[in-house]
Amino acid sequence: MIVMEVRDLTKRFGGLVAVDHVTFEANEGEVLSIIGPNGAGKSTLFKLITSFLPRTAGRVIFQGEEITGLSAHLVARKGVVRTFQETTIFKEMSALENVVIAHHLRGRATPVGLFLNTRVARQDEATFRDSADEILDYLGLSRVKHEEARHLPHGHLRALGIAIAMACDPKVLLLDEPFSGMNPEETDRMVEMVRGIRDRGVTILLVEHDMRAVMRLSDRIIVLNFGRKIADGTPREIQNDEAVIEAYIGREDDELGI
Amino acid sequence: MRLRVAAALVGLALYLVVVPFVFRESRYLLGILTTASVLSLISLGVWLTFAIGRINIGQAAFALVGGYTTAILSVKLGVSFWLCLPASGLAAALVGAVIGWPILRLKGVYFAMITLTLSEAARLAALNGGTITQGATGILNIPLPGEVTFAGVVLVPAFRALNVHLAFYYLAAILLVLGLFTVTRIASCRLGWIFRSLRQDEALAASIGVNVAKYRVLAFALGCFFAGIAGAFFTVSQQSIYPSSFGVPDSVYFMLYCFLGGLSYVSGPVVGAFVLFLGFELLHGLREYQMLTYAAIMITMMLWLPNGLLSLRLPARPGMKADA
Repeated sequence: MIVMEVRDLTKRFGGLVAVDHVTFEANEGEVLSIIGPNGAGKSTLFKLITSFLPRTAGRVIFQGEEITGLSAHLVARKGVVRTFQETTIFKEMSALENVVIAHHLRGRATPVGLFLNTRVARQDEATFRDSADEILDYLGLSRVKHEEARHLPHGHLRALGIAIAMACDPKVLLLDEPFSGMNPEETDRMVEMVRGIRDRGVTILLVEHDMRAVMRLSDRIIVLNFGRKIADGTPREIQNDEAVIEAYIGREDDELGI
Repeated sequence: MRLRVAAALVGLALYLVVVPFVFRESRYLLGILTTASVLSLISLGVWLTFAIGRINIGQAAFALVGGYTTAILSVKLGVSFWLCLPASGLAAALVGAVIGWPILRLKGVYFAMITLTLSEAARLAALNGGTITQGATGILNIPLPGEVTFAGVVLVPAFRALNVHLAFYYLAAILLVLGLFTVTRIASCRLGWIFRSLRQDEALAASIGVNVAKYRVLAFALGCFFAGIAGAFFTVSQQSIYPSSFGVPDSVYFMLYCFLGGLSYVSGPVVGAFVLFLGFELLHGLREYQMLTYAAIMITMMLWLPNGLLSLRLPARPGMKADA
């Protein structure tokens, strides 16, 4: 079943077309990777889908409803949640606090209710804490949950970024380079975690440079080059695609003899 | 925890009972303590915008809005001060929300600069307000607070029938205690967490579904509410208001009280305002060297205690902390 459709999504920065009429669908419960050389427009595409950047043209339809043009926080509220490329977390909060606050959109209490500490506010608090404990446990962060986030090592920070996104209870999770800066063991562990998240029924869109991880994890792959989609298929199809090989390695130029 | 409650109660007793009793006949001392209390209240408002990561140098503008609201309502329409007071807070909050909505998109030095211009813009608006604000003449002869009766019982007697200085001291003290309680509560409930999340990373906050624009306007408007209340207080205690009653230097002071008291602590602006304002008054005897000495002390403090006076004794406690 198609959970998200992207139709002719385009972003122009002045004369540069960063994303050029990109069209694809994401099926429910799959891992769909978006790969391409540096500057191909992958992260820009993520920002367009989640409304962190205004689009120039095109539409994003999520569960039959157009979400283009909504504010970023409303897109998150619908269930389309992104993570960030760098280790973007609330650095001056503990790991637990990071995940608790990330439950924000499940909160039922109004600002006044929070101030007065009403029953609803207290119930929310307890629910958030339990759920945060569960998420941290799942991502192997229980031991460090009371550490201030800025003191955590890189691998834990990436996991924490995903924990924050999971707290939003996403239907579509957009992971922006979750494996960057990780050693092979950390990557393997993270690949398992991402699989686990997919098995919970979350559709995953993945931007990643680590090809080994991408090939192992993806159900389908989309390849972008200069903002344009040049290929779309299973990992095996992509590995043998002429256009993809050309984009990554370049074409031999017979005339120059190289 | 119990120790802190006990300390708070002792402090409260000193502030509300012992000090006013001992100094009841000393107009000068009561006067500066009253002023310090209300300056603390204004600075608490500035602290709220620090909580969402914005440096606010426009607080004087909202104090003027509050002051003129009280002056106009009480002199021209004969409204009781006790209604003018909340009305002034609300007026300042409303103006704050309307101006804040667009300007809170700015960050860092850009936001600070535009709020600085607000301080000056408000003064010019009051100066050119025609018959409404009475221009440079200001609004004079503002009546003292009248009595409040409920079902025939006098709850608050008219101020002119009392020791006026003591009455204003109590009014200021009660306002400050309420203000401090409110801000402490905000900082410790999840609302405070949301504000902190905005300060640390607005994009991440938006990605977890926080309505960034709404919460930063909320924090800013609350801060303006405090300024409005304090503006109303000064207007009625001095029985007059002029366009120059609150200006750019005042805004800078309110910000400095927060900085020097300690941004990580809710009580930072209160400590900052009391220590700095009382310190300035105590240096009165130095006459022409007063400002110079005061400035030197301020600079030394900033170098020696960059995280504020409170960082001297209090270890950072996760519950109280608002994160610097």
